[in-house]
Amino acid sequence: MKREDDFEKRKQHLNELSDEELKNKFWALAGQLVDPMMDLAYKNTTPSIERSVLLRMGFSSIEAKVIVEGVMDKGLMPKGAGHVVYKLSKEKNMDIREAGRALVNGEYWDEVATLFEGGVK
Amino acid sequence: MELNQNEKLDIKEILKDLENYRPKRRGWIWREQQKDLKMGPFTYQNCSAPLANSVPLPSAKYFGDIDPQPEYSITTEIASGRFEDDIRRMRMAAWHGADHIMVIRTAGQSHFDGLIEGTPQGIGGIPITRKQVRAQRKALDYIEEEVGRPINYHSYVSGVAGPDVAVMFAEEGVNGAHQDPQYNVLYRNINMVRSFVDAAESKKIMAWADIAQIDGAHNANATARQAWKVMPELMVQHALNSIFSAKVGMKKSNICLSTVPPTAPPAPCLNIDLPYAVALRELFSEYRMRAQMNTKYMESSTREATVTHVLNLMISRLTSADIQSTITPDEGRNVPWHIYNMEACDTAKQALVGMDNLLGLVELKKDGYLKEKVRELKERAVLFMEEMLETGGYFNSVQEGFFVDSGCYPERNGDGISRKIEGGVGVGKIFERDEDYLAPVTAHFGYNNVAQYDEYAVENPSQLIGGSTLEVPEKIVYIDELDETDNVNVRMEETKELRESSMIKPEVEWLGDGIVQMDLFLPTSKRVAEAAALEIGKKMGLAEVEVIHREIMHPAEGTRIQLKGKLEFSIDVDQLVIPPEPEIMTDDEIREEIENKPMKIVAATVGEDEHSVGLREIIDIKHGGIERFGIECHYLGTSVPVEKLVDAAIELNADAILASTIISHDGIHYKNMKRIHELCIEKGIRDKIMIACGGTQVIPEKAVEQGIDAGFGRGSKGVHMATFLVKKRREMNNEN
Repeated sequence: MKREDDFEKRKQHLNELSDEELKNKFWALAGQLVDPMMDLAYKNTTPSIERSVLLRMGFSSIEAKVIVEGVMDKGLMPKGAGHVVYKLSKEKNMDIREAGRALVNGEYWDEVATLFEGGVK
Repeated sequence: MELNQNEKLDIKEILKDLENYRPKRRGWIWREQQKDLKMGPFTYQNCSAPLANSVPLPSAKYFGDIDPQPEYSITTEIASGRFEDDIRRMRMAAWHGADHIMVIRTAGQSHFDGLIEGTPQGIGGIPITRKQVRAQRKALDYIEEEVGRPINYHSYVSGVAGPDVAVMFAEEGVNGAHQDPQYNVLYRNINMVRSFVDAAESKKIMAWADIAQIDGAHNANATARQAWKVMPELMVQHALNSIFSAKVGMKKSNICLSTVPPTAPPAPCLNIDLPYAVALRELFSEYRMRAQMNTKYMESSTREATVTHVLNLMISRLTSADIQSTITPDEGRNVPWHIYNMEACDTAKQALVGMDNLLGLVELKKDGYLKEKVRELKERAVLFMEEMLETGGYFNSVQEGFFVDSGCYPERNGDGISRKIEGGVGVGKIFERDEDYLAPVTAHFGYNNVAQYDEYAVENPSQLIGGSTLEVPEKIVYIDELDETDNVNVRMEETKELRESSMIKPEVEWLGDGIVQMDLFLPTSKRVAEAAALEIGKKMGLAEVEVIHREIMHPAEGTRIQLKGKLEFSIDVDQLVIPPEPEIMTDDEIREEIENKPMKIVAATVGEDEHSVGLREIIDIKHGGIERFGIECHYLGTSVPVEKLVDAAIELNADAILASTIISHDGIHYKNMKRIHELCIEKGIRDKIMIACGGTQVIPEKAVEQGIDAGFGRGSKGVHMATFLVKKRREMNNEN
């Protein structure tokens, strides 16, 4: 879009605002603009978020990548990759690393898919 | 491991046992302003605690070697591609006043899906890996002990692996990071929804680790054709990242705006940059300012860049800053060299300390142009956001090319950067969380159904797994190297001779790179001078000769050239003959000797030389000269013929002749020394008299070659002269 500078015309409604009011308006608008992003971030996850969860659970970057790719293949991202490992460890009575390592080695993938059938526990 | 200031930092020691190293602390540490700080003869208002060890400014020797440190954190960016060599530069920078070490990432890392591991060499930066980060943080843990001030270590949390990097940084004690989803969107074309979703997680992790955040808005300055016209938009970019970060849970005092004065001379830069700086600080009063320097208009002149940067520092002093970034003055021509990092740190320190208490002396006008311009900028920014909302919000506005348009909003030139909501790297990799979504870890943002397993763990989800790596660092999995040919061990082996023997080579960034820089003036036009300079470099034996700077002195009369080239040889320092440092006797020892056996000298500046300051400093009691030891001094004045000086020595029966000479044209200073020596022989007093000559251009060894007894160069003091006189007289007495 091309447009001449129409600042003087456009800013008429701001003329009456004090500096303090203008500042408040500035921050109110900024807040309004980021609220939809806050909402998106609250509801969604991504491969890097899930990898970061697995890193925090004690997996290496290489292991985290393999697990997240498997989780995506199985359509389990909405459950959380950390959740998949956690649930498997509980189910098999293994510790977290053992369960994750098994997934990295290609084991239990068919089984984990069934673990999540039936929605919330 | 404790560092010894007379020994080089042992990189091997840093790399040893790295798998078990844990950082000393986490979180950013600010400098603290100390009002009425006394240092030497002065009182400072805008300084922080001095360092235990540092390199003061060159002129500090006139002020008792004080090294006042400004209250702003001082940044220097270090990333040559080899982190092991960067560590040495970090230590030097810390001694020059840097307490914020920023590491640039290697080209392309932002598109790397996951963490990079090991220590591969980088291009224009280093691959940020756990091993490199841990090694550098470990080195800084020692360096900060050595200088006596905490050092903040900083890199980037951006790209498609933002959250992965944020976790690694939190685990490894990184203290500061760039994080701004808008940067990913506008400059890295990473899908915008993905960028914001990832950013929330990254910011949450950074907040946990108390990492100070710097935004990416300054890049619009560097991208827009007319950087000063994007000021309203810059304020919007700052605002969006700041408020988004605060909403995610980051404390405002850790959220820093990366702000750059947008113009540089010959633009009337203060007139444009100052209102902008004031407007920002008024609107963002709860946040912090990271004052960056202008790079947009940088050319290859390091002098020009330095002046622009000093003007930028004045903007900081006239407003405020929490972090003062520095740009190396050679950035316009190469990946920064060691020496220019030090120059940049010194420029900041020198200018900021020089402008200490500026706002105690002057104040900014509260009416007229400045106030009107400040208000106008704020209004333009508000209008920008109003139109964004009318357009359907942030994502639609980016799609419509609102950002980095070269028109000063509301003016539009239609050349903004436009990105598609359904486009960019990482698109289609966003997954809505189900009701039973779970992430059993600390510092996770957003919906997390922990209660399905344990309602008591809701506040602390990592309880489900007995703690995450943030609580139990022993759980971190450390990867050493993945590439057998591209790693630090291979590189260190290649430079082993220079690391472990007495061989030495000049360097600008990497050990043994052999690069040298030369300054030439050639009395010819620019293009001819360039060609001639290359030839000169080759004939001098340099390899890979390149002209890095050219400046017209006059179209026909001459050109200044700076060139670089590679030296192919190294030097064995064990084979060098290094003259010993001058000995100094104690004041009491000298005084006692003179009391027991008085001494008389005659002194003058010789030849056609009116410079008497140096000689007076050697002689006068009020400058700490030799008079204070009781030596009887006969000062004959300036421009004294050497014959007269020698005659006076005979007449007064002096023990010594002291001659000073500043003018060194055509070696006249050495010729005069020789003449004094010869005259003394002619007159038959040479074996009874001591001859000492000094001056700023005098090299002691060369002076002695003229036949005299001692030469004194720049930096010599009365006590050096007195020590010489006493020792030499003893020696002569023993001989006789």
